[in-house]
Amino acid sequence: MDLALDPLDIARWQFGITTVYHFLFVPLTIGLSTLVACLQTAWYRTGKEHYLRATKFWGKLFLINFAMGLVTGIVQEFQFGMNWSDYSRFVGDVFGAPLAIEALVAFFLESTFLGLWIFGWEKLPKKLHLGAIWAAAIGTMLSAYFILAANSWMQHPTGYKLNPETGRAELTDFMAVLTQNTAVSAFAHVITAAFLTAGAFLIGISCWHLRKRNEVEVFRPSLRLGLWVAVVAGLGVAITGDFQGKIMYEQQPMKMASAEALWETSKPAPFSLFAIGDVNEGHNKVAIEIPGALSFLAKSDPNAELPGINDIQREMQEKYGPGDYRPNIPVTYWTFRFMIGFGMTSFAVGAIGLWLTRKKRELPTNKWIWRIGLWTIAFPLLGNSFGWIFTEMGRQPWVVFGVLKTEAAVSPSVSAGEVLTSLIVFTLLYGVLAVVEFGLLRRYVIAGPPEIEKEKPRGPEGPDGPDGTSGSDDDADRPLAFAY
Amino acid sequence: MELTTVWFILIAVLWIGYFFLEGFDFGVGILTKVLARNETERRVLINTIGPVWDGNEVWLLTAGGATFAAFPEWYATLFSGFYLPLLLILVALILRGVAFEYRAKRNDDAWKRNWEQAIFWGSLVPAFLWGVAFANIVRGVKIDSQKEYVGNLFDLLNPYALLGGLVTLVLFTFHGAVFVGLKTVGDIRVRANALAFKLGLATAVLALVFLVWTQADTGNGKSLAAMIVAVAALVAALGANRVGREGWAFVLSGVTIVAAVAMLFLTLFPNVMPSSIDSAYNLTTTNAASSPYTLKIMTCVAVIMTPVVLCYQGWTYWVFRKRIGTKNIPTTVPHGAG
Repeated sequence: MDLALDPLDIARWQFGITTVYHFLFVPLTIGLSTLVACLQTAWYRTGKEHYLRATKFWGKLFLINFAMGLVTGIVQEFQFGMNWSDYSRFVGDVFGAPLAIEALVAFFLESTFLGLWIFGWEKLPKKLHLGAIWAAAIGTMLSAYFILAANSWMQHPTGYKLNPETGRAELTDFMAVLTQNTAVSAFAHVITAAFLTAGAFLIGISCWHLRKRNEVEVFRPSLRLGLWVAVVAGLGVAITGDFQGKIMYEQQPMKMASAEALWETSKPAPFSLFAIGDVNEGHNKVAIEIPGALSFLAKSDPNAELPGINDIQREMQEKYGPGDYRPNIPVTYWTFRFMIGFGMTSFAVGAIGLWLTRKKRELPTNKWIWRIGLWTIAFPLLGNSFGWIFTEMGRQPWVVFGVLKTEAAVSPSVSAGEVLTSLIVFTLLYGVLAVVEFGLLRRYVIAGPPEIEKEKPRGPEGPDGPDGTSGSDDDADRPLAFAY
Repeated sequence: MELTTVWFILIAVLWIGYFFLEGFDFGVGILTKVLARNETERRVLINTIGPVWDGNEVWLLTAGGATFAAFPEWYATLFSGFYLPLLLILVALILRGVAFEYRAKRNDDAWKRNWEQAIFWGSLVPAFLWGVAFANIVRGVKIDSQKEYVGNLFDLLNPYALLGGLVTLVLFTFHGAVFVGLKTVGDIRVRANALAFKLGLATAVLALVFLVWTQADTGNGKSLAAMIVAVAALVAALGANRVGREGWAFVLSGVTIVAAVAMLFLTLFPNVMPSSIDSAYNLTTTNAASSPYTLKIMTCVAVIMTPVVLCYQGWTYWVFRKRIGTKNIPTTVPHGAG
């Protein structure tokens, strides 16, 4: 049982579970906040009622999702100190700053203006109310930027020096941390993926309604918006992913070689479509490959030489001392493929969908088209999750690449029992909340877009009015436009 | 002034802001089970904080993030040392946050009752545990030469810390009742004010014991001054409550929190987390701090952003300044909730 109760393993499982779970909600929050803001802008500009109904419908789903992203985010911030205190001591000087700035610059903006948006219907002037959702949307993106700058520093530490006296990493150039190409490309990749996620969400739910020809006036434009977003964002994901892959070949060749199960240094290097390898022996038993394609993807040159896992392992041993510097290769290899596969599938659905629903064409009748449309919701969510598992597990055994190993990052004062307790508590709690959230989303999806009341009657109405004759112009007794 | 001192003050300000703001929304959450007599009244209470509770909670995230950045050793020792209490606080905050958003999303009694439990316990547990945590920080905990917490959970549950927890619990509930008196109309406002008075008396007794104990144990001249301000503000808040000056009562219950938390930080300085094993192991504003460069960057950001945040957060309170009562609660079931 010794192995099963290693606090390091439990802490890693907990980080993986809570982070992947948190990131189910985050991209949807980023993408949907902007798309809801666009729909509300369309309503503000044109005054067309179906835009307002769409805003309210998608807005409600957005909020149900946002609540989960918000509360699971608190765990993320606390977890570094709770489970990874040696990491926090070592990197706090560098890593803490973007986190603190994220809270000050982004979280306040997001939460304050979202509160204004939720409760501000009919209370704020229309223009200000529209500004509130845009401010919240900008907040979500700023938040993504700072947290990705922090993560990128773990992928590619820069702008710091090691202080031999304190044994800690200390910041020397904050702008380098914020603007290094790792951070910029990660931001572009994650934001486009967030829009792909939101686009797929619009596609899936619109398809569910359109299959039954419900509220076509609301859902056809929503579907078209979702399809366009999926196509444009899907292209963006591919381009930024390619860019990021090239950067990773420079910065973490081991991660990328593992992603391709490229054991030996090759010139040119093939792109692997399918492989079954033997990690101990360090070679593939089965491999289906496209010759030269990997060299081209990594270096824009079909004849470029790319280093293999076995050679990089030797180099890293020379540089960092004895040890295994290879990540879990099957996990790295397959998550990389699943990430790309699910991302491309989402893009393909967008492109085919745009063709099938092109102008003046009747909506398709084949139920499979609508079914696949509904499933599309899951594709980017899976792609995002695999992407993060790839990126984080591919960096192992390092927590800060080349500087600090994961095994040296865990809290020394926290017992296995404590970490296990929190792992179980969070897993159960998150499991229950997932069921609750899914049930609620389903209920509001089925309910469809709300009707818009034409004229708000003023004064007391219904059984609550104490003296029904008096309050004709009295604003104080008016029911709130929105109440919890 | 040393930047480390500046950041000690800024972190104190963030925690003070957090307890001032989330203090009353914890209080309101607790009162949903104490003060409200029916569904409509519960909704009145929840809606007094509906638009603002989330923004209030960001003060905690900012305090946490700022501690991480400015005093990584403090953040690391504190969060890994107070592991299980923090886990409970996290669970409470998760349930409470979801509860506000989800409770009214279904028109189903069992559903609503469950989320009301989450709001009540999710407010009560952190209101109590934050007091326990801060009392322990002030009192000193077992920190070894490696800056690691080596005590256990039961070391954290000592009488002084439990009293500290009770103080924050009752103080926040009092602050919440005063807030409800300020933000509602009708019968619930009258009852909130009456309850606030009783809670204020209980707070006065508990807080006096706790603050005098603190002053005797770890106090200094400045902390004594803060203590006097806290006690005077509490007495004045009770007076304002008696004569029906609800705005003043709220300001003064707020000042009580500000002064009491400031007192705790004043007794700490220049330590951030004293060791009860050996004062040589104390975490201080210097040995727990980040490099001067990081502190400088953080100071620039804080100087620019804090006024902006205060402006728009203050504006939110202005937008939602109106009192609400049972008549303002919509009777129609929202679309989708039925």
